[in-house]
Amino acid sequence: MTAVKSTAASATGLPGGGPGRKGGVRGPFGAGGGDGSAAEFVQRHGALVVLAAVLAVAALTIDGFFSVGNLNHIAVGAAFPAIIALGMTFVIITGGIDLSVGTVFALAGVLAAWASQYGSLAALALPLGVCGLIGALNGVLIAKARLAPFIVTLATMLGAWGLMLAVSDEGSETYVVPDGLALTPMVQERFLGIGYPVLLVLVLFAVGGVALRRTGWGQNLYAVGGNEDAAALMGVPVARTKISAYSLSGLLAGLAGALNAVWLGSGVTIFGIGIELDAISAVVIGGTLLAGGYGFVSGSLVGVLLLNVIQNIINGIGGLSSAFQQVVSGSFLITVVLAQNYLSRRREGN
Amino acid sequence: MTATAEQGGAGAAGPVLRTRGLTKRFPGVLALDGVDFDLSHGEVHALVGENGAGKSTLIKVLTGVYAPDGGEMRYRGEAVRFDAPLRAQQAGISTIYQEVNLIPLLSVARNLFLGREPRRFGLIDFARMHSEAAGILRDYGVDVDVTRPLQGLSMGARQMVALARAVVADARVVIMDEPTSSLEPREVETLFSVIGGLRERGITVVYVSHRLDELYRICDRVTVLRDGRVVHTGALADLDRLGLISLMLGRDAKEVERQGATTFGGPHERRAEEPVLVADGLRDRRRLHGVSLAIRPGEVLGLGGLLGSGRTETARAIAGAMPLRSGRITVAGVPLRRRSTAAAIAAGVSMLPEDRKSEGIIPELSVRENIALAAMPRLSRFGLVSERRIDRVVDVFVERLRIKSAGTRQKVAELSGGNQQKVLLARWLALDPKVLLLDEPTRGIDVGAKAEVQRLVDELAAEGLGVLLISSDLEELIEGADRVVVLKDGAVVDELSGEEVSEGALMRAIAAGDGDAAATDAAAEAAEEGSAGAEGVR
Repeated sequence: MTAVKSTAASATGLPGGGPGRKGGVRGPFGAGGGDGSAAEFVQRHGALVVLAAVLAVAALTIDGFFSVGNLNHIAVGAAFPAIIALGMTFVIITGGIDLSVGTVFALAGVLAAWASQYGSLAALALPLGVCGLIGALNGVLIAKARLAPFIVTLATMLGAWGLMLAVSDEGSETYVVPDGLALTPMVQERFLGIGYPVLLVLVLFAVGGVALRRTGWGQNLYAVGGNEDAAALMGVPVARTKISAYSLSGLLAGLAGALNAVWLGSGVTIFGIGIELDAISAVVIGGTLLAGGYGFVSGSLVGVLLLNVIQNIINGIGGLSSAFQQVVSGSFLITVVLAQNYLSRRREGN
Repeated sequence: MTATAEQGGAGAAGPVLRTRGLTKRFPGVLALDGVDFDLSHGEVHALVGENGAGKSTLIKVLTGVYAPDGGEMRYRGEAVRFDAPLRAQQAGISTIYQEVNLIPLLSVARNLFLGREPRRFGLIDFARMHSEAAGILRDYGVDVDVTRPLQGLSMGARQMVALARAVVADARVVIMDEPTSSLEPREVETLFSVIGGLRERGITVVYVSHRLDELYRICDRVTVLRDGRVVHTGALADLDRLGLISLMLGRDAKEVERQGATTFGGPHERRAEEPVLVADGLRDRRRLHGVSLAIRPGEVLGLGGLLGSGRTETARAIAGAMPLRSGRITVAGVPLRRRSTAAAIAAGVSMLPEDRKSEGIIPELSVRENIALAAMPRLSRFGLVSERRIDRVVDVFVERLRIKSAGTRQKVAELSGGNQQKVLLARWLALDPKVLLLDEPTRGIDVGAKAEVQRLVDELAAEGLGVLLISSDLEELIEGADRVVVLKDGAVVDELSGEEVSEGALMRAIAAGDGDAAATDAAAEAAEEGSAGAEGVR
């Protein structure tokens, strides 16, 4: 480095070395640091602030909202969608989308319930294997065959749905998880008053967060989503990174579906339809950019919680149809995307 | 900067990179035709040629983006074949691309270290990464908050990050593709110092540029490509400019001399004294602080100034593509009331944007569609488009502008940069404008197309159009414009006309007051905008 140091010193010592600084300041992308940090705060913590506000309002207006039972109900209800949203976060950071997770979730539930007659291991291994494969297929078609993620995952969404129907005899057969399955207490019971699925979510998100922020794999996800061509030229294994993201998404959806079936005690065939849209909403509300290249898992967790809390509140208010939950969620989503748009435009200084 | 000892031949250790008979074929084109290319240790090697000569293809083959169809490549004495850019990088061949290829949303430090982040317990050690990044970048004259996203940096600073990244990656060969095309003069100086430092360390630099001044300042040797073949390799000092241009064009040196460096003719005859365009006191929120100018029919008005002085913004404001806080624009005596591009076009103002890729061509549409696009309302009757009229207009312009394509149904994306630019010009000329705003009309296009565009600007002015010409190329401004208005910090600081328009005068005008005072201004401006990490290249 020494040689460069010396030249750089001379570079700094150019006539008028000081004024050079203004080149950057006045350049097209020079200013805007101040705006950027405000925008970034909203992007990072906006959902959390809203969640806190909603919780506060709910606590004041709804009796028994903060009861242990109700909170646990919210947390466990959010657990399975959260697992899906984690995988979705990875995919969206690469600039993609995974529409297949909803039916993959349903398929995993049916497979797990069916396989549970052969024991806990089978109840997990079969759905995870199949769903991981579906995810990998998504990834290969998107990364290698360069098809659009929307189309590929739409196709596998239909495919997984078909598979599920085939396994469940056109949906008429509901497999029941046998009593005494070793896995059942590990899903249904609590540890220190907290349901195991909730603990699992916390562990998964902690691992996911560290993997995203602190490993080369995580950096590659951001790089691919930020600028795929540049990433390839910087030596990032683009295809492998994408395939890993979609595989993980499939795998996590499978895990969520399998655990959900064990939790319910049967493979309910209609459960999970449309859940991919909830997951996408949660991820976006959590501050991850749909365009890719920016996002974080903690935001997705907050997003899932927010959607579930809203649902819980609406259910708690008598006389309001639960259909309104979708209206509220949709309005939230639009508000968040509008805010993101506005803030990122301000950040670019236009 | 004089040539070094290694110049003109292989250094003691032999060439660091050598290709023999490198061939690359694309459907219908032989992009590289038996290229022999040698790079010595620690030389700065110019790679020149017109657009389409094969420079980009050669670079992409050398760096593993494309696989060659034939020929061999030896790197540090061993036969190699890179099947991915990563392999070439790992071997020590790095490329700084024309459009800086970094990831805007990632932090500066992460861009610098992506793929080789310092680790602790297997996880990325951010504290170390940030301190190392700041230290390295300071050596490149970039003093920024490395934890901020890269998108906050100026183009020059980004380029330095890309360069630093290459060197951090232990590069032996650094390939720079048009590195100065988006840099300001000071940033160019910094770049040249850094390149000098690389040379001292024995790192080889391949320098691709259309700017001959730069080549002669920093390059030791030159390889000229034409139609996919090497037509010349040798010391740059042995080759004068005309010789170099004639090698690139494949034309006689005398002919080049007769035509001059640009193809602009003399001053244009002004037909009327009434200006066709008057802009008065244009102000916006950040960049423009009261720009006023007037263009007469048949006049080419140059707009000079540094990057960021408000040239592009002025043109965009006139074209109705940017909101203004205040100011009046009058076209042929009629004030523009509604501020929109449609209103400006209707009034007879057409603008050729600087970035033809993102603001100009629609790559997937054909030449014909691209030309007819803006003129559609004029080419249709009762809302229905007349194919015959489109064909007529398109044919006229294809012929007049000498647009080279496989036919007017060819996709614009498949054309060379120069021809794309001509398609855009045709699009706006089809509107029969009174005023033409040209923002860097010849940037990044090859010498031949450049000459044609310049000649065309002359012709258009002669026909009575008012032309606003923005260019970073001083020669182009001097020879092309009748008058030059110089901008600085979004305001007019000087105006040169007639005999006053000379390189020296222009440089002085641009540089006027551009010293410590300006630096303080900029610092104040930065503080005002609350920019926490004032980024810049020193």
